[in-house]
Amino acid sequence: MGFLTAQDEQAVKKEFEKLTGPVTLTVFASELGSENNAQTVSLIKEVAALSDKIAVQVLNPHIERDETAAYGVTVTPAVAVEGAKDYGIRFLGVPAGYEFSNLIDSIVAVSRGEAQLKDESKAALAGLTEDVNIKVFATPT
Amino acid sequence: MRLAQHMSIASDRVRSECVEANEFPELSQRYQVMAVPKIVINDRVEFEGAIPERDFVNAVLQAVSAKEA
Repeated sequence: MGFLTAQDEQAVKKEFEKLTGPVTLTVFASELGSENNAQTVSLIKEVAALSDKIAVQVLNPHIERDETAAYGVTVTPAVAVEGAKDYGIRFLGVPAGYEFSNLIDSIVAVSRGEAQLKDESKAALAGLTEDVNIKVFATPT
Repeated sequence: MRLAQHMSIASDRVRSECVEANEFPELSQRYQVMAVPKIVINDRVEFEGAIPERDFVNAVLQAVSAKEA
C-alpha cells in the first residue's frame, strides 16, 4: 500500500524534472516511536523512488546518536532535506497533506541550490551575523 | 514554510524546521500554537498566518536585532 496515488506520482515526477543535483533525504525514525515513524520512512522512500537523483538514508536516533545529534534532530519522525550541502531544512512529523507540497518544493530547491527569493531578500539575509532558527508550525490539512 | 525553506538556502545562518503541530503537542504547547501556520523565529519573534516575503525577512532581521538591542 502506498501513500501516493498514481496521479500524485505523475505530478511529483513532473516537478522532479527540474532536479539538477543530487538530493539526500535523511529520515530519523525509531521503531519504538509512534506509527508515524514507519509512515514517514515509507512516504520518503516512495518519493525518492520517483527520481534517481534522490537518495534515502534512515537513521535510528537511539542507535546512530552522534549522526542524529550532528543534524540537530531531537524528535522523531524527522526528515532532513540536503542537496550539495546541508542547508538546514528539516521536517518534524509526517510531511503529508499540506506539508507534502513544501517537501517537494524543498527537494527541488536544494537540488538546484537556488533560493527563490527576491534579490533584496537575499541581500538582507546575506548580512546575517548570527544563527537564525525558524519554526513553522503547520497541520496536514 | 516555503519562504523559510528558501531562506535556509539563501543563508547558511538560517535553519528552518517545519513542525507538524498535531504530532508534537508539547512543542505546540510550549510555543502556544493556537492557529496555523504559526512562525517562531529564534524564540523571540512570532506571527501567525501567511505574510509577504518582505515582512517575513524583516521579522528575521528583527529576531536577530532583538537580542542585540
